[in-house]
Amino acid sequence: MAMLDVVGPVMIGPSSSHTLGAVRIGRFVNELIDGIPDIVTFYLCGSFATTYKGHGTDRALVGGILGMKDDDENIRNSIRIAESLGLDFKFDIFENDEIHPNTVRIECQKNGIIHDIWGSSIGGGAIEIFKINGVECSLDGKTPVIFIVNRDIPGALSRILSKLDINVANLYLKRLNKLKLTAAAIIELDKSPENRILKELGDLDVVLEMYYIPQIF
Amino acid sequence: MLFKDLKNLVKETHLPLHEVILSYEMLESAEDPETLKNSLSSLLRAILEISERVYGKTFKTLTGLTGNNASKLSKNDHGLLSEFMRCAVITALSMSENNASMGKIVACPTAGACGIVPGVFYALKKIKGFDFDTLLKGFIVSGGIGEIIASKATISGAVGGCQAEIGTAAAMASAGLTYCLGGNIEAVEAAASISLKSLMGLVCDPVGGFVEVPCVKRNGTAVTVAITSSEIALSGIKSVIPFDEVVDAMKKVGKSLPETLKETALGGVAVTPTAKKILKRILGKLT
Repeated sequence: MAMLDVVGPVMIGPSSSHTLGAVRIGRFVNELIDGIPDIVTFYLCGSFATTYKGHGTDRALVGGILGMKDDDENIRNSIRIAESLGLDFKFDIFENDEIHPNTVRIECQKNGIIHDIWGSSIGGGAIEIFKINGVECSLDGKTPVIFIVNRDIPGALSRILSKLDINVANLYLKRLNKLKLTAAAIIELDKSPENRILKELGDLDVVLEMYYIPQIF
Repeated sequence: MLFKDLKNLVKETHLPLHEVILSYEMLESAEDPETLKNSLSSLLRAILEISERVYGKTFKTLTGLTGNNASKLSKNDHGLLSEFMRCAVITALSMSENNASMGKIVACPTAGACGIVPGVFYALKKIKGFDFDTLLKGFIVSGGIGEIIASKATISGAVGGCQAEIGTAAAMASAGLTYCLGGNIEAVEAAASISLKSLMGLVCDPVGGFVEVPCVKRNGTAVTVAITSSEIALSGIKSVIPFDEVVDAMKKVGKSLPETLKETALGGVAVTPTAKKILKRILGKLT
């Protein structure tokens, strides 16, 4: 335990797990889709579902998805801001005893593309993103991440990885559709790649979709 | 980190306690002392700025169960508290109500206990006129005390009860205050120990699970424990039990507390008839 885990961070109250963690999960999605979605549904589970208004979890999630930072005092007004921006958002609840009690599933749509992200607020503001568009993973938001949908053909992955001049911390893979020959890769990096690398990756013919999520806190 | 180690290092190196803590931190987490000092400096600056801004204000909190405590106290004075203590209590209540209204705070060690450390540092600045550099040295000592508790025991109410949050915050505040006032390492140890002992066993029983009742007022009263402990320690009174052992004891007490008293809202004041009645009234609006 380091001292800066005991004092700080500067944050918006009232609760690091119900508010700060929720802002961060929301912001992860904002970074993934590179902006504000057109439509979003937040499915809340466990303690998130039962206490979200009293903890401001709803405003924290909306603030995060609007791209607000951890200590943005506009988080408390995020619902009104989202409405004025025309964001179509709603909240729903679900039950699942198997997952962390502070979990949210964010289903959103931007430019017709649907994304489905699952994240838990695991205490003290720490988060775990554990599923992106059906691909299981374990991301803490502290490292840059590339999410790629690629053609599921021999050599595709090695061509993608060979473009990277940075150490890969973790790699998560999943076949998405055998008929359409699509697969997905989540690549967690030790540090941020240069824009040039990202562009080259996106230009590869085996890469169908690419999303870059920088370190979010 | 153990307090015993810090004591030995101070003895061997003759360096001031806050410098020993920064160096020790470098050994433990490879954190550069200057970088750490800069980070702590910006956190302390944020604490002082926010304290100034929210002092004695009225807040619109999420549940509406609190929000006017700081403002009421700042308008009423029955002469029971010293000017210093009064300022610290009003700061602690203000910060805590600011937290409950989705305001900007510095977790110290947690959001639920975010009023106590600001209470003493803002009072040192406003009432005693201490300069920032002195306050920063005290704040480093507060951080060291918090880190000892976090690494040996816990600072989470869900794991150790409120003693781990409010108790830790009071120990941190008391140690920092004592150091700023020129207390030596024995006095710092006594202040932290007496604070933690005074709040040992405190349960985490938030009404509805929300960080308002009894959390806000507990921030206000616990800061007085921190200040009293500091005064006791500065007069040369020692803690019979060393700080490291007090922390171990707090950890064991936390383990023996039933789950109903650890942030589950299933015990303590959270299940009183009045709490249940209030919840019935407000829950419709909150879920």
